[in-house]
Amino acid sequence: MRPYITLVRRELAGYYVSLTGYLTLAAIQFLVGFGFLLVLEALDNKPFDAPLTETFFNNGLFWLILLLATPVVTMRTFAHEKFSGTYETLMTAPVSDTAVVMAKFTGSLIFFLTAWLPMIGYPVILKQFSVAGTGLHWGALVGTVVGLMLFGSLYTAIGCFCSSITRSQIIAAMNTFALGLGLFLAGYFSQIRPLDPGIITDFLSHISFLDHMRDFTRGVIDVRQVVFYLSLTVFFLFVTSKSVESRRWR
Amino acid sequence: MSESSAKDETPMIEVRALTKRFKKRTAVEDLSFSVGQGQVVGFLGPNGAGKTTTMRILSCYMPATSGLARIGGYDVYTHPDEVRRMIGYMPENNPLPVEMRVREYLKFRARLKGMGVGLSRERVDYVTKICGLGDVDRKLIGHLSKGYRQRVGLADSLVHDPKLLILDEPTIGLDPHQIRTVRKLIRDLGKTHTVLVSSHILSEIEMTCDHVIIIHEGKILENDTVEGLRQKMSSERQVVAEIAAPREELLDYLEHAAEIVHFDIQPADQDYLHCSLTAQDGFDLRPVVFEKARDSGWQLRELSRTRHSLEDIFVRVTKREEEDGF
Repeated sequence: MRPYITLVRRELAGYYVSLTGYLTLAAIQFLVGFGFLLVLEALDNKPFDAPLTETFFNNGLFWLILLLATPVVTMRTFAHEKFSGTYETLMTAPVSDTAVVMAKFTGSLIFFLTAWLPMIGYPVILKQFSVAGTGLHWGALVGTVVGLMLFGSLYTAIGCFCSSITRSQIIAAMNTFALGLGLFLAGYFSQIRPLDPGIITDFLSHISFLDHMRDFTRGVIDVRQVVFYLSLTVFFLFVTSKSVESRRWR
Repeated sequence: MSESSAKDETPMIEVRALTKRFKKRTAVEDLSFSVGQGQVVGFLGPNGAGKTTTMRILSCYMPATSGLARIGGYDVYTHPDEVRRMIGYMPENNPLPVEMRVREYLKFRARLKGMGVGLSRERVDYVTKICGLGDVDRKLIGHLSKGYRQRVGLADSLVHDPKLLILDEPTIGLDPHQIRTVRKLIRDLGKTHTVLVSSHILSEIEMTCDHVIIIHEGKILENDTVEGLRQKMSSERQVVAEIAAPREELLDYLEHAAEIVHFDIQPADQDYLHCSLTAQDGFDLRPVVFEKARDSGWQLRELSRTRHSLEDIFVRVTKREEEDGF
């Protein structure tokens, strides 16, 4: 346990003392702020029936952040260590492969999630300037946070896997982006261009990230979706640890 | 291998029939050796001989294709955690995170190797002192000179108080002054630790180690003490003398002296003659030659025994292998 905590702290320190870390934070802040602006415009003296959280998260900006920020956050996890050679000192220390993978994952996920923290201030601002209730429900907020964590975990796990199979951070980031975008589009296409009813359409609509996120932002936490994202995350962490282990049998 | 190691119950390193094959290339083939506790062993070979591969197997970074490797009685494949705790490994080129400060890095490594806050502080203080890092412990590793970085690497490999140190090319890329410092450090560490140090620089091994394993193309060619190797390679004692004497008188003496098996005379500058003399086995010619010169009133300006340096031995051993091959 101690090596795991040490490694998580090291990962976090790596983000918070590097320029890339702060650039990522700034970019995410910019996009989140922009999304907030869209919400404000939507609210501007117009009747409004959807939950606020849905307006906030179900626009392209959220997906843009998820698809772009996670590759940048996770690209350095393994690729950088391999490139600089510190991978060898890390893997010859008395630490298990699983602890290394989990620590890299936890560190990246914590960093990614903390980038959303300034959002806490937005409801307060809204309350300040609105006449009646803002339409913000606790249920919807909890659902949104859960959704954010689930999507964050999945995309961070994908990023860790892509980083573990290469020495180049650029390639790691591009692979993460491609894989993440592919998963996203699989469900998205079924929405914009419905196919004939059949098993493929059923399957695609079941894995539609957009639908799932809409449910979460409305405060609906469906166990099927939670299991779906958690198992995908676990799967990617599993292949990551296999890829780390592969130096033993390759 | 040597008598002292045979007395120890468990050798520190035990390698038997170790083979490592990559896709197309066999890096290490049928390697067998053992290192007793407390020995300082040099692992010598030209680039690409299989030194790094062997060290990586010993440090549990990669497993062998076949064969057995044990550190302090633990198999590197089945008990990697015990082995990793027992060894301090410094990889080739000594990779370090350039964005960390020296002390921060050493503390991170100590904690990673499972030490508590108090103990890690103590150990970091200790290794900082013995590796001479006191002046730079607040500096960024990226701003350090190569010599200091090497010491940081050594400090890291020492921080969990390992019984065995495995150092892969610890002095590569250093200037002569830095080499000297690192060498001295290794020698000092050898008093309290078992050390396996690899190098392709021969004089280095000669100066730091008491035991040498010469490896070439994945196979062990020699495995002996430095002194033993010298003896093996120069069983006939050779002496070089430069004497100013009438040629005939000198020839007469050399031909009739019973101790001298073979001689060769070359004119040197001025009146001096350069003589290469070969004595009978185990006989030291130097006092005899000196007395003869003094008694005859000859001038003597050089009298020395040719000692084979490890370099000669190394060249001879690796060459012999090539000749055998063709």
